[in-house]
Amino acid sequence: MSYRHILIVLVLIAMTGAVHAAGKGGDLDHADTNVHDRAALQRGATLFVNYCMGCHSAQYMRYRRLVEDLDLTEEQVEEFLVMGDREAADYMLTAMDAADAEAWFGVTPPDLTLTARSRGTDWIYTFLRSYYLTEDGWNNTVLENPAMPHVLWDLQGIQRPITETYTDEEGQTRTRVVSLELDEEGRMSPRDFDRAMLDLTTFMEYMAEPAVLKRERLGIWVLLFLGLLTFLAYLLYQEYWKDVK
Amino acid sequence: MSESESLASIQPPENPGRRRLLAWTTGVVGAVGVGAAVWPFVSSLQPSARARIVGAPVEVYIGNLEPGQLVRVQWRGATIGVMRRTQRMLDDLENLADQLRDPDSSSDQQPEYVRNFHRSIRPEILVANIHCTHLGCIPQVLPEVGAQPFDENWRGGFFCPCHRSTFDLAGRVYRGVPAVLNLLVPPYRFIDDDHVLIGEDPTEGAV
Amino acid sequence: MAKPASSINKNIHAVGQWIDERSNISEFWKKHLSEYYAPKNFNLWYFFGSLSLLVLVNQLVTGIFLTMHYKPDAELAFASVEYIMRDVEWGWLIRYMHSTGASLFFVVVYLHMFRALMYGSYAKPRELVWILGVTIYLVLMAESFMGYVLPWGQMSYWGAQVIISLFGAVPWIGDGLVEWIRGDYMIADATLNRFFALHVVALPLVLLLLVVLHLAALHEVGSNNPQGIDIKAKKDAQGRPLDGIPFHPYYTVKDIFGAGFFLIIAAFIIFFLPEFGGYFLKADNFIEADPLVTPDHIPPVWYFTPFYAILQAVPDKLMGVILMGAAVMILYLVPWLDRSPVRSLRYRSWMSKLALAIFAISFIRLGMLGLSQDSSTFELRLWTFLYFAFFILMPLWTSFERTQPVPERVTK
Repeated sequence: MSYRHILIVLVLIAMTGAVHAAGKGGDLDHADTNVHDRAALQRGATLFVNYCMGCHSAQYMRYRRLVEDLDLTEEQVEEFLVMGDREAADYMLTAMDAADAEAWFGVTPPDLTLTARSRGTDWIYTFLRSYYLTEDGWNNTVLENPAMPHVLWDLQGIQRPITETYTDEEGQTRTRVVSLELDEEGRMSPRDFDRAMLDLTTFMEYMAEPAVLKRERLGIWVLLFLGLLTFLAYLLYQEYWKDVK
Repeated sequence: MSESESLASIQPPENPGRRRLLAWTTGVVGAVGVGAAVWPFVSSLQPSARARIVGAPVEVYIGNLEPGQLVRVQWRGATIGVMRRTQRMLDDLENLADQLRDPDSSSDQQPEYVRNFHRSIRPEILVANIHCTHLGCIPQVLPEVGAQPFDENWRGGFFCPCHRSTFDLAGRVYRGVPAVLNLLVPPYRFIDDDHVLIGEDPTEGAV
Repeated sequence: MAKPASSINKNIHAVGQWIDERSNISEFWKKHLSEYYAPKNFNLWYFFGSLSLLVLVNQLVTGIFLTMHYKPDAELAFASVEYIMRDVEWGWLIRYMHSTGASLFFVVVYLHMFRALMYGSYAKPRELVWILGVTIYLVLMAESFMGYVLPWGQMSYWGAQVIISLFGAVPWIGDGLVEWIRGDYMIADATLNRFFALHVVALPLVLLLLVVLHLAALHEVGSNNPQGIDIKAKKDAQGRPLDGIPFHPYYTVKDIFGAGFFLIIAAFIIFFLPEFGGYFLKADNFIEADPLVTPDHIPPVWYFTPFYAILQAVPDKLMGVILMGAAVMILYLVPWLDRSPVRSLRYRSWMSKLALAIFAISFIRLGMLGLSQDSSTFELRLWTFLYFAFFILMPLWTSFERTQPVPERVTK
């Protein structure tokens, strides 16, 4: 009997190990988000609307959805979040013209609705905090030579790179960024800025899948119910199988 | 199950009562589970968030509506007519009762607040879903008094070309035509003198 | 007026009889459930057959409802999936049930197949059951591949691009064949449209037919069991196997319990881990298909990766494709490759046990290698070799190994 059990255990280990391996870590900081934190979502929504939506859209997301999910009234959403003459029923679209954007940045700023699912929250959280300034302009340790300038620099301040030189495999001398150092303070302390970026990341995680709130709340009850049903089914199975000689 | 002698590997149950109880309990709990699982599927067929937004209340500007003129707007896929009636038309409405099937709007074809002879909040402004209540065609609007091929003493109203149903200028159905119900009046309210909002009651907010 | 209960019962009985006289329902019920005698010693591994059926029903029901909201149009498909996830009431649940169900389908089918390999369920007289089963597996692979294209994300698009290009390896007609499958010069709207038609209509019909045949063939010869004993050899006076118990109620209640347990796992994934760490829903598939940008890495979904690894192990396109195809097709031969006089692994020697263990490990290891971008060629070839060695050497060790005598009666 036992070799079968060993096999089952092996399969389970392989599966869980695989899931862990998939949570790609790399050099990214972990974004410890909690999408059920309404206050964080509200703060994140404000940041998103004020700082991101100048250029980026969230084309699958409606403002209206924020009313029920973020505990806001329709008036609050229209007053603080809806841009220009749009309405709560509209999608969260940027006012920037795609052709203009391409002329200014060389690319159309990507839609951000699903970025938290395609890039992951850790990536967003680290990316937003990893801008640094050199003589050539803004750069980022997560995404090299980004088309996007550091729009949050007045909050974060200006970071400068600390570099080291090394010799690569072909014997060429190169430099790389080892860490970043705050050179000029922004309107926020580093701690507050990290908090704000976590809020923004939390909001983007929610925006990528608004159903997450209902899904996780409901999931507990579904599991409890299935647990009860399975327990009863187990008793019934045991009861019938008393007959089997 | 077979009535014949029991199988070699099966001995008859000692406690059939417990078995029956467990089977029923599991069955009922399972049925509740199936019911709960069916609900999301049934529910997914309702109008989606997008459909509900498309079906949101519609604002209509009536400031430039001439007497006798009717504008059409779409609300939840239906054609809603908004018409400014003249004093002559309103006077007529009070004298048509004996030719109408339901002159007092007793059938449930309108909100409570327009259950009057002119079937509207403000007497002169008619707001009605102008799909014929017979089979859903859109009637012609013939507001002028004068003989028509289908009625020599036409006092103005709606004429459905599909099956020749006729309605007066309050949307009340005439006798002897295929349609039996008055035109449907949707919920609506006035935002101000010149704007009507279709799809919302005067007091209760959005429907 | 309320009738007395007995009279209502009588009426129900009469209706039942009326139907039964015009159909064979009670006969069917007896043949396949209440008087289908299954061995009494089924263990954990025997849950996976009924669970496959449960997942199949889940896929059909959720699939029908997804079809009501999905748009098979390259311009609209991606947005329509987000529409389902956001605007359709409970759409997210139905979609996750379908996407999780697809992966769990392969989990239970793989375990079901492994069970058959362990206990020799393919051996005479069940060769046809096995052949139909392998065919179901083949159709299932086509079904899931086409379903994976429908969300029209980057992985859908480029995955389809890679897999369809494999047909280009066919000599002479390769290029034309690829174009014919795509219906365009690239993966395009036409491809999406035909895959939709095949995924929601054609292949489900084939799948259902095959499942019916698989079960009919099984019930004709009877179920195998962990000991591989032929229970029909010992029968009572009425011709019922001594070690058999009626499927209903004994295995129905047992399978209901198994289904409950399985649903707990499935619900946990659906409600708390729908992406399953990128294995069930890939991160890149949340980016709309873009013919101008290829993702850095295009691994297939996890259930295809063992075969994808075999493809990578060969430094020639045509040979790679042939070997990959052979890896699946060789399953058909198993009933004839196995020369052992006994069915179950329990009465075979260490040779069979070791061979099956190595085979299982090589399959899992190939699956892991197929997911990664920079697997070592040596490892790829080693495990590919071991995978095929299991089948090719099977006639040898099964002929030579010493087997233990199989008991005449089932022990629990």
